[in-house]
Amino acid sequence: MSDKAAIDHKTWFTPFNAISGTIIIIGIVISILRFTVGLGAVTHLSDDNPWGLWIGFDLLVGVALAAGGYVTSAAVYLFGMKKFHSAVRPAVLTGFLGYSLVVFALTYDVGRPWRLPYPFIMQQGTTSLLFEVAGCVALYLTVLFLEFVPAPLEWLGFKKVRELAVKLTLPLTVLGVVLSTLHQSSLGALYLIAPSKLHPLWYSTYLPVFFFVSSIIAGLSMVIYESALSHHYFADKMDAAHLQESEGVTLGFGKAASLILAGYFTIKVMGIAGGDHWHLLGTPYGLWFLVEMIGFVALPSFLYAVGVRNKDVTLIKWTAAWTVLGIVINRLNVSLIAFNWHLPSARRYFPHWMEIATSVFIVTIGIVLFRFIVTRMPVFYEHPEYKD
Amino acid sequence: MSISRRRFLGWVGAAGMGSVVGKSALAAGNKHFDGYHESLGVLHDISLCVGCRSCEAACCKVNELPVPDKPFTDKHVLDEERRTTAEAYTVVNKYGVTGKIGPSFRKIQCNHCAEPACASACFVKAFKKTKTGAVTYDASVCVGCRYCMIACPFEIPAYEYNESFTPRVMKCTMCHPRITKGQLPGCVEGCPMEALTLGKREDLLKIARERIRKYPGKYIDHIYGETEMGGTNWLYLSNVPFSDIGMREDLGVTPAPELTSGALSVVPLVAGLWPVFLMGIYAISKRKEIVFKEELDEAAHSRTKEDI
Amino acid sequence: METIYYTYQDFYTHTKGILYLLMIVSLFGIAGFWNFLTGKDDDNKENE
Ligand code: SF4
Ligand code: SF4
Ligand code: SF4
Repeated sequence: MSDKAAIDHKTWFTPFNAISGTIIIIGIVISILRFTVGLGAVTHLSDDNPWGLWIGFDLLVGVALAAGGYVTSAAVYLFGMKKFHSAVRPAVLTGFLGYSLVVFALTYDVGRPWRLPYPFIMQQGTTSLLFEVAGCVALYLTVLFLEFVPAPLEWLGFKKVRELAVKLTLPLTVLGVVLSTLHQSSLGALYLIAPSKLHPLWYSTYLPVFFFVSSIIAGLSMVIYESALSHHYFADKMDAAHLQESEGVTLGFGKAASLILAGYFTIKVMGIAGGDHWHLLGTPYGLWFLVEMIGFVALPSFLYAVGVRNKDVTLIKWTAAWTVLGIVINRLNVSLIAFNWHLPSARRYFPHWMEIATSVFIVTIGIVLFRFIVTRMPVFYEHPEYKD
Repeated sequence: MSISRRRFLGWVGAAGMGSVVGKSALAAGNKHFDGYHESLGVLHDISLCVGCRSCEAACCKVNELPVPDKPFTDKHVLDEERRTTAEAYTVVNKYGVTGKIGPSFRKIQCNHCAEPACASACFVKAFKKTKTGAVTYDASVCVGCRYCMIACPFEIPAYEYNESFTPRVMKCTMCHPRITKGQLPGCVEGCPMEALTLGKREDLLKIARERIRKYPGKYIDHIYGETEMGGTNWLYLSNVPFSDIGMREDLGVTPAPELTSGALSVVPLVAGLWPVFLMGIYAISKRKEIVFKEELDEAAHSRTKEDI
Repeated sequence: METIYYTYQDFYTHTKGILYLLMIVSLFGIAGFWNFLTGKDDDNKENE
């Protein structure tokens, strides 16, 4: 008896469960505060800083890092890179979870979350970039759901419905790429309305293009980075095809990321030239801009290239993590650090600890769900009954 | 030269707000937009403002806003630079200007832009530029995304962060309910110095120019709000440089909706052409695969032949 | 009669509204046309 209890106890009380459990409990307490007392109780948002960490990190970073779904499915289904096929499902799953959590996070941020459908059902503010973002995110979440749904259907054994969902792969992929192009770029375009508030080094009429191109980089790097992590934690769930293709995925995506980073660097330089902002590079903000540009764009582009030339998978994986960090920094720069730069420091924003805790809470939910799904559904392996 | 209260009421009586929308001289073809003709605005003559905060008190009263802890007669409040909040649609700030004896005062409130950034940014059309000139807000549809606050170049809208269920965006309404009834806005009525004048925007511009002409050397030769961000219905005349009294001179003359129109105009193109382009790539990669397969088959075929 | 718009903002809201509707129509339209275009390709059938 006592033996069995000990085993049960052991399987349940893992460090992972302990940490994630604690975070989730704290998160629930903060959520109750948020939805009963109001935004003021848990955030440092102010009239000068209406958008804080929940937009800068949860929305902007969240959407950028969830780009792996459209990037991978486009590479495989549209560009015909069949050898990356095993990477599609994990990427689509992360995309789907990522976008679901973005929407979940938005319910915390907006003042009256139950009105989120209003822009579609009440009055359409068609001149707003946010209208475009909202529409695309809502549609794309549906697309990702349909793209991912074969996995749970295989798990549950619903063959007929699964057939139907698989038939839709091509149109869904095209729609996914169109919608992603639109909203990834529009997230940058959100800031076009505020040239007087965003530092000129980050403000550019190219902002939508910057955001779109960097989302591809984010997507590729996330796929590499995640595959590295998954190999570490879920290797037992992977089938031979997945294990065998994974090195090819890392090398191929690393090559693509390196090239696109180089292009991104080029257009960023052109952005400065277009605005004639060279003289600002010598200011403190300019130095920070150079850190971003050289440390997190040029350097990873070069490191990826070295990694690909030498077939150094470890280097590529570390570079991927570094690039992801660079994307996080870029999004926070645009939304928080270089935003309202003209205001005196007393009127600037720094997140409340409960805002940070909420973001950590939401990321944790994502990890827990990911773990739940990949340990049950055919994500890292092909279901034996459905091999095409 | 300022318009007396009686004369303003007379106008409203004669013209009636309903007929404000006359046919614009240039309206043909929707190519050029110069706003609602005969829309109202307010001219704030900063040289006349004494910082008495009567406008703040009047605004608080007519809009039924919460009364602040420190009374409106407390001049120490002016020592700190303030901005509009959810409890105060308007605030007066004090600025020391080099080379001038005594401080200058400036009243802040919504400028009622001709092409409002807040309206352009709102995804439920909660803001509307009305024919009276006022930019109004409809809390019954507002989702609370606060993008309007990001967008407003004058940093005006404020939010009720401490309301849990019915938070609203709060900003000056140009006393829309009052002006449609022919009454003066609270602040204009409350100003003892006649530093605030309500009138048709076009007339206010004329009055302002006339003052600049009549008192050479007194005023800065610029009417703030005539062109800023495509023009505003609240106009400012000043005897000190605008940048010395906390007004941004770097906003440019581009109306806010035009800042995003370039990016938005690409959206339909992407939706229309991207699928065509992607399907094209798909067809090419598919074609390559077939050719590749055929070549493989052929190679295998010829090898078997050789073997024989 | 053509509606007169007094502000660029109002005019723009109107035209964008129509464009959004057209975008939805065009997405379906292109998908349908693709089906028509490739409907008789033999290789397309067996590969799908
Ligand atoms: S000043 Fe700001 S809030 Fe007022 S109309 Fe202009 S953009 Fe809108
Ligand atoms: S906070 Fe309300 S009024 Fe402001 S943009 Fe969002 S929905 Fe519109
Ligand atoms: S116009 Fe009305 S709402 Fe605006 S500041 Fe004056 S009193 Fe307040």
